[in-house]
Amino acid sequence: MIRRLFIANRGEIALRVIRTAQRMGITTVLGVSSADAASLPALMADEVVVIGPGPSPQSYLAIDKVVAAARDTNCDAVHPGYGFLSENAAFARALAEAGIGFVGPDIATLEGMGDKLAARALAQEAGLPVLPGGEAATRAAVHTRAAEIGYPLLLKAVAGGGGKGMRRVDRAEDLDSVLDMAQAEAQAAFGNAAVYVERFVAKGRHVEVQLLGDGTSAIHLGTRDCSIQRRFQKLVEEAPAPAMPKAARAGIEAAAVCLARHIAYRGAGTAEFLVDATDFSFYFLELNARIQVEHPVTEAITGLDLVEQQLLVASGKPLTLTQAMVRPLGHAIEVRINAEDPEADFRPAPGRIARAAWPAGPGIRVDTHIAAGGEVPPFYDSLLGKLIVHGATREAAVGMLQAALANLVIDGVPTTTGLHRRIAADPRFALGGVDTGFLPGLPA
Amino acid sequence: MSEDLPLTAEDIAEIVSIIEASPYRELDLATRRFRLRLARGDGAEAGFTQEWQWAGSAPEAAAAAAMHAADPDAVAAPLPGTFYHAPQPGAPAFVTVGDVVGPETVVGIVETMKLMNPVHAGRAGTIADMIVPNATMVAKGQPLIRLA
Repeated sequence: MIRRLFIANRGEIALRVIRTAQRMGITTVLGVSSADAASLPALMADEVVVIGPGPSPQSYLAIDKVVAAARDTNCDAVHPGYGFLSENAAFARALAEAGIGFVGPDIATLEGMGDKLAARALAQEAGLPVLPGGEAATRAAVHTRAAEIGYPLLLKAVAGGGGKGMRRVDRAEDLDSVLDMAQAEAQAAFGNAAVYVERFVAKGRHVEVQLLGDGTSAIHLGTRDCSIQRRFQKLVEEAPAPAMPKAARAGIEAAAVCLARHIAYRGAGTAEFLVDATDFSFYFLELNARIQVEHPVTEAITGLDLVEQQLLVASGKPLTLTQAMVRPLGHAIEVRINAEDPEADFRPAPGRIARAAWPAGPGIRVDTHIAAGGEVPPFYDSLLGKLIVHGATREAAVGMLQAALANLVIDGVPTTTGLHRRIAADPRFALGGVDTGFLPGLPA
Repeated sequence: MSEDLPLTAEDIAEIVSIIEASPYRELDLATRRFRLRLARGDGAEAGFTQEWQWAGSAPEAAAAAAMHAADPDAVAAPLPGTFYHAPQPGAPAFVTVGDVVGPETVVGIVETMKLMNPVHAGRAGTIADMIVPNATMVAKGQPLIRLA
């Protein structure tokens, strides 16, 4: 039973967790950095503790400070949100040692999935297809692998995530220089320079499956398509994955459930797949052992509250849902409104929000911590809010998205709003099923 | 704290439906904790927007930091963030006092929202003073380095 929940995160996801926890009668304690002390989640939480100064290594990433704050406020469990410490096995272990629950999977799962190569091996054990490639510990091994699988290929950080340490190599003569860059980036981002090699699929779609497990049984909540990305980071997500034969979707969903059962997954997680846009063959990429930014599109079509499900499983309750009870309805699209300038290579743009008029109305959901006067500190990511629309069909959802974006006004910092208007108006997007090459090819 | 709370997305959708079916164009609601304005945009097809204001939010200090006197001899921060003299801890600084630089010379980096942004000298000259110490939070436009 969770009576007091510590939230080790910030921004819209902290607010999101607070809302569901309070609705469930749980007292919320938010750990903030001093830069977020006057943020909207801090106003909404039942209790607030300042855990450190603005820079995240001294606050949101400081395991000892977060654990001490959760212990000192007598919390039963910690919800880590996404990013920061959400998939950090050392953090989950430190909480366990302090007798505090972790709203997330078992430590062994975090360890297995945090290492992308180990995750690949587990998926293969469970019978999932993976892309040709694999471990390459030395420079010579990288060259051997590259020769085996051919070009173009991807170098990926073993400890990776968020596109960091991920680089595409088009020609053999570029391999050495790109390898240096990928290793340097991986070292800087994760403290681990190891990279591995994978075949690059030219016309690939990014399709993922939402999973829920209680350690014994596991179900899926359908697919999401997140192919519209910049720098390997998602900008638009929708559920279910559009323009794909039913059988292809069902195959991916079944594979994801196989993996969840194989590793006795506990909590909410997401299995990510690369789908060949031409023949719908699919390959396992990774399993994200946390709540995802884009979870609201799944909530929209299933009518479920994923944070509630996370909290129930973390309280030791078995899943009360069965696969037959999950009946997705309609189509949902989410766009990420970021404080960044699409005209200047998505340069982040912290600052103060002078005005924030978010769309409102039936079928519209806005998850944001940003209102007029809100401050976007320079320490964290640039997400201002998420606009989610839910319609009876994809066509209806695209129309709602266009109308909602027309009304959206954020003054004070440049945002991705204009870019999303162009995406929503693009005939290829209206058709559905675009691949990851869509954004670079979008007309200005 | 949750008594005076926040309406959910469903609540907002419901209120919008009620206004839509009424002769009114907007709802302006103020409590001790927040003010919410729900309004129809201009034009026949325009939808509704929600604007929130929260009592107690919006730190005043942060906004004040944005103003800095223009110093023609200084390299200014291109954006707010943490200013670093070197590409990584322990590495030699990009430049030190006395170095001759050109407009494109990288003189430091500003880390903003997890991205490293190079700071260029902007003009030719000699480094006269490292105004801001390594690993310091800086505001946009704040003088970082003086050129001679």
